[in-house]
Amino acid sequence: MESNLITEDKQKNKLEKAFEILKTMASKPSGLIGLTIVLFHVILALISPYIAPYDYKAISPNTMLLAPSAEHWFGTDSLGRDVFTRTILGGRTALTVTFFGSLIALLWGGLLGIFCGLVGGKIDDVVMRVVDAFLSIPWILAMLLIVSLLGTSTEVLIPALGFFYGKGIVRVARAATHDVIAKDFIVSARARGHSNMSIIWNEIIPNVRDAILVEGAMRWSWMLLGFSSLSFLGFGVSPPTPDWGLMISNARGLMSFAYWSVIAPIVGLSSLIIGINLTADAFAKALGIDRSTKAPV
Amino acid sequence: MNEIIESVKNLSIGFNSQKGKQISILRNVSTNIKKGETVGIVGESGSGKSTLALAMMGYIKQGLFPLTGECLFKSEDLLKMSSRQLEKIRGRKIAMIPQNAGQALTPNLKIGYQIDEALRLHTDLNKTERDKKISELLNKVRLPSPEAMAFRYPHELSGGQQQRVAVAMALAGKPDLLLLDEPTTGLDVTTQAHVLELLRFIAKDTRTSMIYVSHDLGAIAQVSDRIVVMYAGEIVLEGPARKILKEPIHPYTYGLLKSIPKLSLAGLPASMPGSQPQPGSINEGCSFYDRCNLANDNCKKNSPGLEHIKELDTNVRCFNYKELINQNNNLQTSITKKTNNSEANEVLKLKDVSISYAKQKFFDQLLNKISDQNPTVKDINIDIKKGETIALVGESGSGKSTILKSIAGLLKTKDGQIKFENDRILSSDLKMRNPNDLRAIQLIFQNPDESLNPNHTVEQILSQPLKLYFNLSGEELKKNIIDLLKKVRLGEFYMSRYPRQLSGGEKQRVAVARAFAAKPDIILCDEVTSALDVSVQAAVLNLLQQLKEDLGTTYVFVSHDLAVVRAISDRVAVLYQGRLCEIGPSQNVYKFPSHPYTEVLLGAVLEPDPDIKPKLVAEDIVEEKPPEKGCSFQGRCPRKIGDICNSEVPPWQIGENGNAIRCHINIEELASLQQ
Repeated sequence: MESNLITEDKQKNKLEKAFEILKTMASKPSGLIGLTIVLFHVILALISPYIAPYDYKAISPNTMLLAPSAEHWFGTDSLGRDVFTRTILGGRTALTVTFFGSLIALLWGGLLGIFCGLVGGKIDDVVMRVVDAFLSIPWILAMLLIVSLLGTSTEVLIPALGFFYGKGIVRVARAATHDVIAKDFIVSARARGHSNMSIIWNEIIPNVRDAILVEGAMRWSWMLLGFSSLSFLGFGVSPPTPDWGLMISNARGLMSFAYWSVIAPIVGLSSLIIGINLTADAFAKALGIDRSTKAPV
Repeated sequence: MNEIIESVKNLSIGFNSQKGKQISILRNVSTNIKKGETVGIVGESGSGKSTLALAMMGYIKQGLFPLTGECLFKSEDLLKMSSRQLEKIRGRKIAMIPQNAGQALTPNLKIGYQIDEALRLHTDLNKTERDKKISELLNKVRLPSPEAMAFRYPHELSGGQQQRVAVAMALAGKPDLLLLDEPTTGLDVTTQAHVLELLRFIAKDTRTSMIYVSHDLGAIAQVSDRIVVMYAGEIVLEGPARKILKEPIHPYTYGLLKSIPKLSLAGLPASMPGSQPQPGSINEGCSFYDRCNLANDNCKKNSPGLEHIKELDTNVRCFNYKELINQNNNLQTSITKKTNNSEANEVLKLKDVSISYAKQKFFDQLLNKISDQNPTVKDINIDIKKGETIALVGESGSGKSTILKSIAGLLKTKDGQIKFENDRILSSDLKMRNPNDLRAIQLIFQNPDESLNPNHTVEQILSQPLKLYFNLSGEELKKNIIDLLKKVRLGEFYMSRYPRQLSGGEKQRVAVARAFAAKPDIILCDEVTSALDVSVQAAVLNLLQQLKEDLGTTYVFVSHDLAVVRAISDRVAVLYQGRLCEIGPSQNVYKFPSHPYTEVLLGAVLEPDPDIKPKLVAEDIVEEKPPEKGCSFQGRCPRKIGDICNSEVPPWQIGENGNAIRCHINIEELASLQQ
């Protein structure tokens, strides 16, 4: 039995572990579909500038509102721009902004949540009430205020979105920490006299990391929707940069006779959101923190 | 009498591994349950005993499936029945009593309603008949004032009473077969003895057959007519209870019985090396080969069959069982341990320590005072000498772990002082203690699953204290870790393992190594063996003793198990409701005269011997709060003498044996009463 165990637990390095998780995720159809969609969008965002058939900002009165054809696969919009070109380019800003926004949200939300969960008491009370207060403000109004004051550059959007989507992570991280904090290995570290920072870094983070990462992945998809909403309202990406939210906003008045210019960006946006959601679910299952476990009988 | 109720034939249950291999958890198990008979199924965790018991009521856990064989209940195969057919049998013909009745009862329904539900499902009685039946059942399980009890909610009952309600519910359908899965494991010693006595009575009274699953040979010995011993999914020994316990002829059972600490024996029990093989890892030979001291080449290649021995009426799975016949005298031996010299200096003193869990009221908080006149732990005075093992014993709620936590600095004391080395007062606030004091006092916890970080390797776990206290790094750190592992008898290759890849005993060894990494003066052990199997428990106890003899460490050992305490400790302090009852050298505490509470505790200890019955002296009621004045044990004391017990705290009396007893009864009188 001894020798049996040893061969089984060859030390796996981190890369191998990550690969293993990916393999588990892809072993179920929903996970495979999710991963494929996300991968497709990421690759598309990377290569789209090189494969786009037309110039995304080339306006031409001759090609206004053309229906889909061999020349213009998805038709053209009210300014005569190629919808296919604009659709494949339209996810780039959204993906970049929300990816970095999610990272910021994870970082500050996760750390603050863990800290509150660990120290408890008055500090925890005060911080959580402040977070609650922010949760009660409609984020879109606050975002609009920030954007109108500071402008719509990515340097403003990323931290602002990161801040507003991190509030929810604080609560998740705090709850995950509470699950761990009562365990004896934390008590043991406390009794040994480790500092709070050392306990957070060595004992808590390895045990709550998975839960926070899954939450972060879910937030990413929500943030995408949020970012697109901002663009839709005209506060996200400024024209003529192609963006799904902006494209939907521009074309929605013409929906009744030029449906193609709306459908393409909608498909782009919703497929990415669904893809991220499916991936996050599969990720959670692969890490063993599935929330939909059934009763044993 | 000889009518067979249920018979298991050649049953194997298994699962498919991720690699597609079929792995069996139960292998070719056959046994019969007769009418009115109580069969005890014993084995360590992972031996397949619960899987077997559940299969006997036609239930197989998700992911498992039967490979061969059948479970015949009155000649019908339970494993082939539809769930509708099973519904008719479960509850009516076969009933189950779960391990934790507190969780099995619905918290927001009254007891009477829950029993009524069982009656409505399983009988054809009308409302008035059912009401009568409810009090009849509650009376049968000996609950006080059954009519009133029916209107209580589960949380208003104590653990033992909840377990009695579960028994009453199981009896509602008048089953032919009762299945009990570790029904007394979570209960206090005195309560456990009472519940077992009730089960024994019910088996006799109603002639119900029972299957009693437990890891505890002491409990099995009290109730069983016949015992089935399981090991690695096989029956290794089966026969009449008395024969199995007195003359075990299988080396595993023999070793198991030897590894149980006994009240009558001072010194440590012998341990069995190794651990049970994982399912699927045995390819050929006897499954006990690795750990057996009778094993020879034959055992390595061929697996023994279950052999019936007529003169003993026993089935045994061993080639060499004959060597164990008439070896039973050896069962009553133990390893003698070095006792420390009593001249040593005191290393830790608890002086008038009181601890309160009461929340401060807002106003008191402003004035920074605690307003609790009746704290959880009160007036504890214990001086602990260097190199001794002192045990704190008591049932749940006795404050033993609370005291341990306050020594470690995890709980603030309300009054009193904890003095360490040369009467230096230790701050009750962990943050105010200096690093060297933190290093000197280390903790080992009950459950190694919780006390080791699941995401750290053994190397990372052990490096935490070494880095913190000694600033080690690199090669030196690694060398120290290997040394520590060697000390707890684990090889170097354990360094890269995660806790989940270790067995329970190995995990606890790592926890012990982590405590010793700090080179501590005092180690606080909080029920360190109660989550472990008996054979592993013996090994851990022996390891702790060995380390103490080598390094001169002082142990404060908290346990509810008097036999374990007897084995390891030099001195014992008995606690009830956070107050000391008795303290003295361990060999004397186990002799009379004793404090009445010690007497009750000693009487309730279950020995793995059918001839030693527990003595049930006191009621098994549970008190929630210590009494405000007088003796802490006044509510349950079988020797209460009158008002003085309620009004005055009893004085300390020193017996001629050297143990101090806190009782109003004169110590000589107590001695003659207890003879």
